Amino acid sequence: MTEFVDFVLTEVAPALNQGLVASLELILPSAFFGVLIGLTAGALRVYGSPLVRRLTDTYVSLFRGTPLVVQLYFWYFALPYVHVGEFALVLSPFAACVLGFSLCSGAYQSEYVRGGLLSIRKGQLKAAQALGMTAFQAVTRIVLPQAIRRAFPGCGNEIIYLIKYSSLASIITVNELTGIGRGIAKATFKNTETYLVVGLYYLALVTVATLALRWAERRFSIPGFEYQEE
Amino acid sequence: MDIQELHSALESLPYILGGLPATLGLILGALAVGFVLGVPLAVGRVYGGRTTRTLVKLYVWLFRGVPILVQMYLFYFGILAWLSSLPGLSFLHLDSAFLAAILVLGLTSAAYQCQIFKGAIASLPSGQLKAALALGMSPTTAIWRIILPQALRLAIPAWSNEYSILLKDSALAFVIGVMEIMSRTRAVASATHQPLPLSLVAGIIFFALTWIGLKAMRVVEDRVRIKGYTQQGSI
Amino acid sequence: MSDFAVLRVEHITKAFGGQPILKGVSLELFPGNLKVLIGPSGGGKSTLLQCINHLIPPDSGQVYLEGERLNPASKQNLRSFRRQVGMIFQDFNLFEHLSALDNVRVALGLVRGFSKAQATERAMAELTRVGLQSRAGHYPAQLSGGQKQRVSVARALAMDPKVMLLDEPTSALDPELIGEVLAVIRDLATLGMPMIMATHQIGFAASLADEFLFMDHGVIVEHGSPADLLAKGSESRTRAFSAKISELTCEMGE
Repeated sequence: MTEFVDFVLTEVAPALNQGLVASLELILPSAFFGVLIGLTAGALRVYGSPLVRRLTDTYVSLFRGTPLVVQLYFWYFALPYVHVGEFALVLSPFAACVLGFSLCSGAYQSEYVRGGLLSIRKGQLKAAQALGMTAFQAVTRIVLPQAIRRAFPGCGNEIIYLIKYSSLASIITVNELTGIGRGIAKATFKNTETYLVVGLYYLALVTVATLALRWAERRFSIPGFEYQEE
Repeated sequence: MDIQELHSALESLPYILGGLPATLGLILGALAVGFVLGVPLAVGRVYGGRTTRTLVKLYVWLFRGVPILVQMYLFYFGILAWLSSLPGLSFLHLDSAFLAAILVLGLTSAAYQCQIFKGAIASLPSGQLKAALALGMSPTTAIWRIILPQALRLAIPAWSNEYSILLKDSALAFVIGVMEIMSRTRAVASATHQPLPLSLVAGIIFFALTWIGLKAMRVVEDRVRIKGYTQQGSI
Repeated sequence: MSDFAVLRVEHITKAFGGQPILKGVSLELFPGNLKVLIGPSGGGKSTLLQCINHLIPPDSGQVYLEGERLNPASKQNLRSFRRQVGMIFQDFNLFEHLSALDNVRVALGLVRGFSKAQATERAMAELTRVGLQSRAGHYPAQLSGGQKQRVSVARALAMDPKVMLLDEPTSALDPELIGEVLAVIRDLATLGMPMIMATHQIGFAASLADEFLFMDHGVIVEHGSPADLLAKGSESRTRAFSAKISELTCEMGE
């Protein structure tokens, strides 16, 4: 046991802490852009013209219908073979990951945003108009605050998924938690011990994120929009 | 990407599609493991005592908190390798990547399926259990014969989502060498240096499988429907 | 005479998918008037009310507020018109993410440019008028149907409307909650607020209304004072219709 603790403290933890930083550097921008894309795509899928709706629907079903690992593979390995003029579209592993995570997460997020928007009854908009509000005021002050509250639990869950699936970055050579863990495991032949600790790091990340999201949800919760446990 | 490349990508299609049995095997195996574990977990989560409920929560927390990829490495390179080195367990050879992948996908799916079934059971009116107990049924009989037949039907829409989740997660089994579709695609791509058409081919295959699965699930849903029995919206 | 009309509606038509719902409806509302729209469901009452403030844009027809023609092509003109025309919906349409106070306050700030303090003061005054000052912090989910409708009246009144349109304000309410909403409407009528109200509460309406407008198949079939239309021996559609309703609800004692 002491041997294990010693191994973890001297060899695993210091390296994994750096991996944790790299993971966060992937997760945070991807979550941000994912939410941004999700909000935009979700709104377009509800309010867009038939053509726009069709295009965004196609984007969403493509990215939800194929494995993220295939998408990453495409962005990192295949995209350089696409030439625009004489430029090849070469992305760094990090950029390919943030792009892949954001687009994929955004597609899933848009489902919840769309659901949230559709759950707002027509009368809400009518009442706002009847009071003389502009369309912009009605959407930003009446529709969105409700839709976002409805979409929040689902979008939060997607961020949790994003944290876990950020481990796929190791497949395209990014040295984040999983990548560094694999390096240690290969060098020390202590697979079980190393991956157990890697697993604990993710467990901690996911738990902290879950608690933070739940706190935020409670903080902004109002009667009629309460948190409903799945 | 020119015609030449497309042509050679198409030539390797039979080889890639040869991974279909493995991919489908992973999905069906994991769905089954997840179901067989998920139902009792859900029953325990709803009707169990304090200890049982805590244990189920712990299980769900663990398997929902650790990425599939890390679990694959841990189970296969770690635990399985260690087990097979023990005397008398050498039959657990590293050839069992396929089974290890099913186990990992299935254990994780069980955690998610537990949540789905728990939700469905909780959404049933409490009068159902009371009525069954009032007729003199034992709690086990009541849960088995009255609660689960209703709850499982209600859970189908959410449950069918597990198929598409597992389909996508099954593509991760390549990291431990299971020769499914993704794995074969990578092999061809690195041999031919044509990742562009091949990643598109893989994408199309997975997309088609997602689509077929959704259609099939809708048929199942219709088949087992009881007239007039639908989930009432919560909002 | 017609120069004094607060609200004049001229020849409104509306069709949905080729099906005519309103076939040229005109009416005038004078200061202090309460006109009541009655008639079978699907006769066009609700569509007419929503066409007046262009929540449903009419196919043709004109609307004048205090002699000034509404130009729906100008968004600004339309918004200022809507601000001056209070609307009460059948299903309340309170903003579900806002407290009772904020429901009344939100448009005061956004549309009328009140400061927060001014808006709060005014909103509290309106909530007090409908007897809900103690519920100011409650959210719609925490209010009864009757209370919700009273908040929505307060919300409309805070905009200082020149006329009010009420679209079956009590028909989504449980019977025991109808009284409190009718009391608020009675107060408004007593104060002389010009109103057009669609309702099935014929007994209540008869006691307050200046005129009944009986609508069916998209036209006003007959109109007149409630006393005339409901008089014994009258052959009016209104009387026949009320008799049918009172059979169901025992509302009219006679």
